[in-house]
Amino acid sequence: MINVLFFAQVRELLGTASIKVAADENTQTAEGLRATLAATDDKWAKIMASDKLLVAVNQTISQWDTAIEDGDEVAFFPPVTGG
Amino acid sequence: MIRVQTADFSVPEEYQLISQDNGDGAVVTFVGKVRDFNDGSAVTDLTLEHYPGMTEAVLHQIEAEARERWPLNQVTIIHRVGRMALGEQIVFIGVTSAHRKAAFAACEFLIDFLKTKAPFWKLEAGKEGASWVEARDSDEQAANVWHKK
Repeated sequence: MINVLFFAQVRELLGTASIKVAADENTQTAEGLRATLAATDDKWAKIMASDKLLVAVNQTISQWDTAIEDGDEVAFFPPVTGG
Repeated sequence: MIRVQTADFSVPEEYQLISQDNGDGAVVTFVGKVRDFNDGSAVTDLTLEHYPGMTEAVLHQIEAEARERWPLNQVTIIHRVGRMALGEQIVFIGVTSAHRKAAFAACEFLIDFLKTKAPFWKLEAGKEGASWVEARDSDEQAANVWHKK
């Protein structure tokens, strides 16, 4: 399984902080996982389509073509605003 | 030293901790606070969310990068999470070095990189409800300046 986390507006809009996704041929990259999540319904499709969405694979900010393996932790979140 | 915590911090205590080495001629500290307005709307308090684990990892990476660029001795980064009222302290950066230029530059570098790379998010509350703070292009530009140096 892939452990998928959501933070800030993304978490709030989706109404969930984390889900488990079965790793398959559609989830082999961050973009693939994003598309899989977007296919859930219209709400998820809209949130996952945001051009500001960032992805971290195993707690490192990553590109959309980054490979994802079974057991990875993948987080989706908006641009950071700390400090 | 890196700390992510809900509790407030004491600037005199943190200063004391990093200013003991007589080889350091310079101590530079920065404190970020909750201010009363953002993009024209009144703010009453804010809530800081973060990504536990990744936050600490990114802050350690930022510290390591600063140490590669400047000859630093002590580095302290404290960032609070949770709810904070107007005027409260959010973030502390403390840097010591033999000379001031390195300490000033490293302190600014650390806060610039923290603001654009560490996974923290601010939810501001005001009279008209709560809203997530938008990332600023000016913060991104401030961090990008360091790539050219």
